[in-house]
Order: sequence, then C-alpha cells, then structure tokens
Amino acid sequence: MLNATSTIMAQTQHPGRGASTGPQPVMIELHVNAAVRTLHIEPRMTLAEALRGPLELTGTKIACNRGACSACTVWLDGMPICSCMMLAVDVGARVVTTIEGLASGEELHPVQQAFIDHDALQCGFCTPGMIMSCAALLERSPQPGADDVRAAISGHYCRCGTYPHVVAATLDAAKMRRA
Amino acid sequence: MANTKNLRTALFPSGIASVGLGSIERQISADEPPPLLPNSELSVIGKSFPRPNGRAKVIGAARFTVDIKLPGMVHARVLRSPWPHAIVRSIDVSAAARHPGVRAILAIADPADPQRATLRYVGAPVAAVAAVSIAAAEEGLRLIHVDYEVLPFVTDIDNARDPAAVPVYDHTTAPAGHPSGFPAVANLALNGNVRGPAKVGRGNVTNGFAEAEAMVEAEYSTHVQTHCCLEPHAIVADWRADGLTVYMSTQFTAGVRDEIAEAFGLPFNRVRVIVDAMGGGFGSKSQLGNYGRFAVELSRQVKAPVQLFLEREEEQVDAGNRPGTWQRLRIGAKRDGSLTAISLLSYGTAGVGLGAGVGNNAEALYSCPNFDGAQHDVFINAGPGCAMRGPGNTPGAFGLEQTIDALAEKLGIDPLKLRDRIDSSPVRREERRIGAERIGWHRRHAAGADSGPVKRGLGVAQSLWGANVQTNAACEVRIMRDGSVEVLSSVQDIGTGITTVLAQTVAEVLGLRPDDITVRIGDTDFPPGGPSYGSRTTASMTPPARTAAWRAQQQLFREAALMLNASADDLIAAEGKILVGRDRNRFVTFRDAAARLRTDRIAAVASRSDDYGGFRRRAGEDAALAQQDLGGVQFAEVAVDTETGIIRVERVVAVQDCGRPMNPRQIESQVQGGVLMGISYALLEERIIDQATGRMVNANLEQYKLLGPRETPEIDVVVLENYQGRSATDAYGIAEPANIATAPAIANAVYNAVEVRLRSLPMTPATVLAALGKVPQRS
Repeated sequence: MLNATSTIMAQTQHPGRGASTGPQPVMIELHVNAAVRTLHIEPRMTLAEALRGPLELTGTKIACNRGACSACTVWLDGMPICSCMMLAVDVGARVVTTIEGLASGEELHPVQQAFIDHDALQCGFCTPGMIMSCAALLERSPQPGADDVRAAISGHYCRCGTYPHVVAATLDAAKMRRA
Repeated sequence: MANTKNLRTALFPSGIASVGLGSIERQISADEPPPLLPNSELSVIGKSFPRPNGRAKVIGAARFTVDIKLPGMVHARVLRSPWPHAIVRSIDVSAAARHPGVRAILAIADPADPQRATLRYVGAPVAAVAAVSIAAAEEGLRLIHVDYEVLPFVTDIDNARDPAAVPVYDHTTAPAGHPSGFPAVANLALNGNVRGPAKVGRGNVTNGFAEAEAMVEAEYSTHVQTHCCLEPHAIVADWRADGLTVYMSTQFTAGVRDEIAEAFGLPFNRVRVIVDAMGGGFGSKSQLGNYGRFAVELSRQVKAPVQLFLEREEEQVDAGNRPGTWQRLRIGAKRDGSLTAISLLSYGTAGVGLGAGVGNNAEALYSCPNFDGAQHDVFINAGPGCAMRGPGNTPGAFGLEQTIDALAEKLGIDPLKLRDRIDSSPVRREERRIGAERIGWHRRHAAGADSGPVKRGLGVAQSLWGANVQTNAACEVRIMRDGSVEVLSSVQDIGTGITTVLAQTVAEVLGLRPDDITVRIGDTDFPPGGPSYGSRTTASMTPPARTAAWRAQQQLFREAALMLNASADDLIAAEGKILVGRDRNRFVTFRDAAARLRTDRIAAVASRSDDYGGFRRRAGEDAALAQQDLGGVQFAEVAVDTETGIIRVERVVAVQDCGRPMNPRQIESQVQGGVLMGISYALLEERIIDQATGRMVNANLEQYKLLGPRETPEIDVVVLENYQGRSATDAYGIAEPANIATAPAIANAVYNAVEVRLRSLPMTPATVLAALGKVPQRS
C-alpha cells in the first residue's frame, strides 16, 4: 500500500521542469474545489502554503511541514497527497480538492458526518487531512474492512488518539454510502 | 460565594452505579441548585451528544490560532542557540536591521547581563525578528551575528550527577522551584547539578523492613517524551494604544492574561486573550512561554499584530517535555501480602528546568504504614521539561506497578488478589473486577509459559491522580427574550469537549436540548474559566454552569409562575416547557416565558463553590484537591516476538472513574487517547540527544516515533458511574488518569509473556532482545 508521501513521488510529473522559474513571483492558475484561481506567488511556495495563504483555504493544516504527519492531505486529481511536499507551481492543470470542497453545499460528505457521529475528532487539527484520506479510500474501495482504513490513514498522526473512532466512522460512512 | 449562614440539608445519590446506589446527606448552601439525580434519570447529562463544534472541524472551518490573519500582521521567528552551553559575548544586529523586510529585532540574550548572556541548551532563544513575511524574518535571523564562547556541557543524567560534572547552574542562577511543581517544593538544596531531595515520609521504614517477610527491590528508568500536539505552538499578539489582544493556542486563557498583565505592567482589563479551536496541548501550552513574551514585546515595538508559530523542531527542543527519571523502589511485605514498608529514591531531569519527580503513587496508592520518599531534580544542558499528561505519576507508576507485580510473583499471590488486600479503594476494587472479566484474566498463565517464539502475556496496573478543582472558575448563563440561551466563560476547549459538556449541563437544567444552547468560551472578556490541565476542566466548570443556569431559571420561573397562576416553587422544566409539577396540561413553553422578560436578556453568574463536605486541601489561592482521588485500572494483552524483539499490544481494557460521567462517548475518546499515548510512551517515543553535540537528533515527526493507526490495539473502555454528592454536578476529570497505568500494564504483560522484566523505557526491540540475552556481547 502506498502511503501519501510515496504517492506524490509516483504522481508528480513536474510540468514546469526545464523552464526557468523564479526566484521572483510568478503567475499561476490553480484548479481548486471546482474553481480556477489565479495566484501571484514565489516559486518556493508549497501547495499547502498557497492554499492556506493567498487562497485562504485554512482547513488544510500544516503540522510537521515535511511529509511525516499527513495533516496537510488534499486530493490531487482524486489522489491523497501531502500538500506540504509539493510546490504550488508544480500542480499544473491537475485538480486540487481540499476539505472545504468535500461537502456538497450544506450536505456533508458521509465521512464528515460519520466523524461527527462517532466522535472521531478531538482537537480537530489532524481531522481535515484524516477525512480526505478516508473519503479517498471510499472512492477507490467502497466496501473497506478495518485494516483497509488503518492502511489508508497509516501516514496520519493524531496525538489525541482518535484512530479507533476514525476507523469506526469510516466503516460506517461506507455503509451509509451504499445504503 | 457560598452563604454559610443559610444552609440546608439535601440528599444526594451516592455510590457506584454498577454496585448499587445509596444516598448521602450533605449540608449545602441555599443558593446551590438541588441535588442532581443519577444519570439514568436525566435526559441530557450522561448521554453521548455530539460536539457542537464538530461540524466546523470536519469542514475545515474551525479557526485555530495558526489560521488567524489580521490586517497589517507581521511574522516573527526566533534565533536559537546552536550550542548546549555558551556565553554570548556579543550580538550584532546591524545587518539584520538593514534588511528591508525586517520591522523589529529583539535581543534576548544580553552580553551585558551575565544572567541573560548564558545559554544552557541547544535551542535556547538568542534573538527574535519580526518581518513582513516568515521568509524575510528568517533572512533577518541569518544576518544576526553572534559571538559565542562555547562552554563544556553535560546532557546525560548519570554524568550530570557526578559531583565533578560541569555545573549547569550555580546557587545564584538555579531556578528555585515553586509549590506547584512535581515535586511541589521550593528552595531545596543544590549540590552540583543535583537539587533536593524533596522528602515525604510516614511511620518508620527501618522498622517496617525489619518486619517484612518478603522484599522486592528494583531500579527503573524512563526516557524523555515530547508533547507533539498537532497544532504548533502559536500566538498572534495585537498591541494597540487602548489595549492588547492576544490570540493563542493555549490551555489557559485566563492564566496567560495574568502572566501578560504582570510581565508588561498592564491592568487585567487591557489584556484580552482569545482561543477558538485549539489543536492540543497535553501540558505544553499551559503558560505564556518565552515565545509568547517575544511576540507581545515585538507587537509593542512594531505597533502591529505579530504572529509567532513554533516549527516542529522548536517545539520539541524548547516547548517542554516529559522529564526523564531514574527511581529505586524497595517494598517489604508480610507473607499474606500486607505491606510493611515502601521506600522510594528518585533522580529525574527536566533539563534546565525543575519538576522531574515521580509523583505520589508510591506514597499513596496502597495502604502501607511506613513510607520514605526522596526525590531529586538533576540539571542537564537540555530544554526545560514541563507538565505532560499525568506528570510525575506516569513514570512513577511504571516503577511502582512493576514492583507490586514482582512482589505478587515472589509471594505466589495473583496480582489482582494482592491488590485486593493492599488497596483500600472500593472504586478500584470494582474496576479490577470488571476489568478482569473483560480481559479474561482467568486465561493468564504462569510467566513465560508459551512455547513458541511469539509469547503472549496479560498484565495489570493501576493509577492514582488527584481530583483537581479550580475554584477561580465561573460561568455566566444568559436567557434572551427570544428564547435563545448562552453560556459564557473564558475556559477553552482544547479538544477534550468542554463545549459539549457545558451545553449539556445548561440544557439539562432548562429542559432544553444541547443544540439550543450557544457555548461562548475561550475569551477572557467572559467570566474566568479554569485551565485545561490537571484533568480539572469538567470538575471546575460544570458546577458553576449548572448553578448559573439554575439561578437564571429562578428568574424565568417568576415570569412563568405569573402566566400559569402557580407558585414558582412548583415549576419544573422539561422538553422545552415549564410545567406545574407533573401536570402535563399546565405549562408554558420556554420561549413564551422568555418572551415575557422585562429586559432583552437576563443573566446569572456563578463561581465554583467549594465541594460539598469540603476539600481535602487547598492548592494555592485558585485551586483545591477534592476528597476522593481519581484513578483507574488497566489491563494489557501483549504478544512478544522473541526473535525480533517486537512487542505488539493486542488489547487494552481500561476501567476508569471520573465521578459522574457527563458524555460517555467523549470520555471514551479521552480514555482511548490516554491509552494510545501510554502505548506510544511505552514502546516508541524517545528524545535522543547526541552526547557529542548536545543536539536532539530526532526533533521531527519521522525519527521521533509516534504511535500510528497500525499499532493501535482494540481498546475496551469502561467508565464507572461513581456518585459522591460533592458538587452541583459531581463530575470530575479523566484525561490524565487514563494515561498513567498503560505503560506498567504493558510491562507487566511483557513479564508474563517472557518472564523477563523490562525496567527501562521505551521497550524497543533492541531492549527486549538485550533483556532476553539475545544480543551477542562484544568482546
């Protein structure tokens, strides 16, 4: 099973490779949560920083800033990645989905609802990343077992210790989606 | 305040629900609400309502301190010592000052002041810079030139105890300690790097050991653990002419307000501390901290909001840690198990700080007439320790509970039966009974009895934790004319769920649903809330919340009584209505009664009364210790692979008590968290300092090993309903007791599996193999 970090390695295609970029700010377009956003950013800015800074999508959290804790997990073309491990200029035309883009309007994604119902969050800081990985799991595996959920969140750290409730919530969300 | 002249007698539920409830009479003040019924007879309290802030947290809308962005805000970073021990001869900030993005520079180390010129650990702050961006601030730091005189240092506790070791402090510079440390003793003797002992005793241990028919003695050591809360330590300070507003990821808004007011000479009403969502603390965010002071000072200088976040490495080296300890325990007993003497000697290190004691479990968990404890702090050149989930008692229980297990083995008595003999607590007796049944204790075999390479074992351990109460704690409850209800306090929700519990408490009184109550907390403009440390938040905040709701309700009942042509004394609240007694037909709705209020809103403020029947003792001006202790009993089932040395915890049964459980699912979350942090402490985590450079080499989240989902066992949580009639809610804490017994329960299970005792933490594969004699000795 790939963890979030190795997924980036496999997926990133470096569309800008070869062209000279920076250090001065550059103009890029990012496809985020069904919108196209234009940004004027320094090339050294990571995707996580771009989301939290200029795009004001602070639901994505940075806790270690080196791909070790998965708190910053977002989807890149539907695949969970650590957004702190990718430069914003490297995203290219791929579609970024953040925690703010997961619900359909007021209606929560089943994983979000199940996290509330099962108390699968305490301080809530790891929660957005955790939910993105669990929701991605249900996309690729609609009937997961407990071990599948544990594998899907194996790169995530939760210091409050919500793992048992996260597993229960995700299994329940899978059931709700099938119903 | 309680009115001592106007007392009445009230009958409270009493006892453990699973054993059988009785009642107990207490004298309470007339302005206290009537006794709260047992949970089984309540409609809101004791039920697992979801968190009101859950939705915001799952959609990414919860606002943490790291998410705050204010107009004109600048960013601060801290320059830190690369040396474990050095004197700053000079600091040249002129190049940094010329950087176009730099707004202010703070020299923290001061070459002119011998006290402030000395740096005593890698990561000690030297200077801070505020600039237009984090990048500019970091560029500013690189332009500061510091001339260091590098000194010899010591980072190992054993070396530091040597009288010839490099002294970290001298008598004039060493911290004196304060009465709330661990151990809580000030002004102890300092010899070299060793401070203490802090002594506690009773009876005569010499006589006690002479009477003993069996004796066990062993040494234990525990490592340094770092808190690793997921949200970084963070502050945004906004100093303005008319006052200071601070947004901080803190466990204690009111305490931070007090610290700032004192440090900066500001009146309380000019300092406002706010925290909305808070990403975990575990003890490390209890105070303002040095970084908090830097941010406030920089904001004062820059005249703009200053944001200062610690990076993960900075957090692990300079934001506190659980001290490392060494302890020697000696226990004497009669053949029947009754204890005759316990002696405890400990040396712990909190780096350059104090508070590395091993707590009071050896002193207080078991009945023993003779006890002698001597605890020492040892200074080393490493970042200061601080409280961490069950400070003192967590390393202390690791030693004590293994020694008790060894005593049971020596006497040939089952470890649970031994505890039945020497533990006078009826609560833990019931916890042992329930836990033994859940884990299947009858399956426990003789130590090392499994034949294959993977050996299984069962172990048990207990814990003790004082039931802390903050008496400087208050809530306001407001009822609005449109029927909306608010509860307000400066208390903060650090993830433990006080928001939910306050909503439940007020809803229960007013006959409403928790959704009907708006909880406004985490702001020092509201009545003072207690800290979220010492497992005291629920115990401190729910009684004044209930009392305030009840007093506001008395005002509302006067309106309702007029509408119903009834006496206010006959009214009750239920299901959104105010009814005349049990007559289902004579009622007004809560909303209709509120609409009759003379003013837009009514309010009542209540502070935390003393526990009914009194406290055991006061703990300073603002807090006290309740009569009964908290604790719990935990059972672990492990599989030890004797070829790889890997310990796998397969199952934990945690039986805990917290007085009246307010929200069972949230309590389950707390206990699971405590157990998981305990497994992580037992098997994985360890701060590693390179002895040659004094640097922590694993200050990050991949080489500092935290427990993850795949190491998470099945955890069976049982929480007693234990009523004592001590307050308006009779609810106490759970967070720390849930953490204390886990590591020794695992160690005892490991012994049961392999018949070898692991007396040092963490129990890594290397230490397991070494203990099993499977590591070839180098010649």
